[in-house]
Amino acid sequence: MKANSNLERILTSGQFAVTAECGPPKGTLGEVVRRKGESLKFCCDALNVTDNQTAIVRMSSISGCALLKGLGIDPVMQMVVRDRNRIAIQSDILGAVALGIRNMLCLSGDHQKFGNHPSAKGVYDIDSIQLIQIVKRMRDEKKFLNGEDISGEVPLFIGAAANPFADPFEFRVRRLAKKIKAGVDFIQTQAIFDMERFLRWMAMVRDQGLDKKAHILAGIIPIKSVGMARYMAKNVAGITVPKEIVTRMEQAKDAKEEGVKIAIEIIEQIKEIEGVHGVHVMAVAWEDIVPRVVKEAGLMPRPLV
Amino acid sequence: MIIAKQKDMTEIAKMVAPYSRIYVVGCGMCMTYCSAGGPEEVEKLAERLMAGREDLILEKGMIPRQCSEKFIERLEEKTRDFEAILSLGCGNGVQAVAMRFPDKRVLPALDTQFIGIEKESGLWTEMCMACGDCILWRTAGICPVTRCAKGLLNGPCGGSQEGRCEVSNDIPCAWQEIYYGLKRLGILDYLKTEVQIKSWSVRPGRLAREELKPQ
Ligand code: SF4
Ligand code: SF4
Repeated sequence: MKANSNLERILTSGQFAVTAECGPPKGTLGEVVRRKGESLKFCCDALNVTDNQTAIVRMSSISGCALLKGLGIDPVMQMVVRDRNRIAIQSDILGAVALGIRNMLCLSGDHQKFGNHPSAKGVYDIDSIQLIQIVKRMRDEKKFLNGEDISGEVPLFIGAAANPFADPFEFRVRRLAKKIKAGVDFIQTQAIFDMERFLRWMAMVRDQGLDKKAHILAGIIPIKSVGMARYMAKNVAGITVPKEIVTRMEQAKDAKEEGVKIAIEIIEQIKEIEGVHGVHVMAVAWEDIVPRVVKEAGLMPRPLV
Repeated sequence: MIIAKQKDMTEIAKMVAPYSRIYVVGCGMCMTYCSAGGPEEVEKLAERLMAGREDLILEKGMIPRQCSEKFIERLEEKTRDFEAILSLGCGNGVQAVAMRFPDKRVLPALDTQFIGIEKESGLWTEMCMACGDCILWRTAGICPVTRCAKGLLNGPCGGSQEGRCEVSNDIPCAWQEIYYGLKRLGILDYLKTEVQIKSWSVRPGRLAREELKPQ
């Protein structure tokens, strides 16, 4: 075991993992995080706390993770390189470990221009692949980037994102290989709607044996409304929503119900794909729906390890 | 070259408001080539300033380069009777002039944008941030430090779609261009090795070459 987090134990014992996203509030109420944590606790093996997602200022991922930890939940700390330089990154990692955080997801982050402080200076001192290298070195060699020793252990299960739907398609698997080589233990993918493309991507992943080197968790976004389907199809960088899905949402009598149905169908298909070791549910501002999706997709109860 | 554009008139007018004797000077290098501070622009700006103020005593001129002491020297005589110099040089030029005339007000008429090229008539794009450690040899001659919105050294990020950067449809994804460039050149292998973390040179930059210093 590298970090002995619940997520790591589930994945290394060969079980199909379920993680979900927990968005922290635009404010100081820890209660918000705790409430979300309580409602997701029994249907997930670990919960990601986003890091100023879409560059909108929110409670920090570290503090959200610490609040979840207090409820006995295994948190995944997300960290983007947009807002911190190498000094702040390493310092936050030390603090996170001290607070009991054992999983970390290394991300580039959405560009600051999309957020609520669009004129902010982006830091991008290092990129996400370099972040993975830094964390791995901190964990395995107990050394900072500059080679100096760290006192104490840095047990972290290292994650990264992969987007099978971004371009150039043929480079996407190569980039995943690069992340794995840099030291990644698990991958959470961008939300999957285009199953055909995901299957092609997974075939390439298996061809290169990458599914044996890192645990791949497939991203799921339950669609809440027709508007959201249209918006994601058009405006969200890196997400592709096929026309059929938008049409299904448009024609449904009860759009929410249809969204849940689509999410469950996608999970059912994903469970059958060789090399996929779990799902990661990102129900942005619709966290209440996660228990139902997980249950109806046949993923309850969650195993105890 | 260095690319700049003229500030809006309100700001310029506010800057020069306290002074009634102003010398307006353009720059014959980059600022002329990017149509921000050449003879035509000097002429036009002078006209507009005069139109707004009857009290103004204004003269105008050009020097070949505002970032070079030997040319700035030529302003000594010409600006003698003026309180303020309104420079249509880049930030570099304005400062070099200010350094030479510490007792005059030296004011910037331009907003310096970046080091770049004229892509087509009326469109300029940024190409280099002078990072001090050029990696163009491994990126097919395309600079990710500057042209990738996140300055990623191991791109492209997850937002790259159909050749466009996630930031704007007007911006090509530099990493896709790098990918296809390396592919065309048959050196895609360069992408296999991670590019190491950059050492950001200390700013302000200082370059010393002993062999060129006076003995
Ligand atoms: S890598 Fe880019 S920013 Fe650095 S010197 Fe080369 S072109 Fe300029
Ligand atoms: S889309 Fe391309 S250019 Fe834009 S930030 Fe991502 S990698 Fe860089």
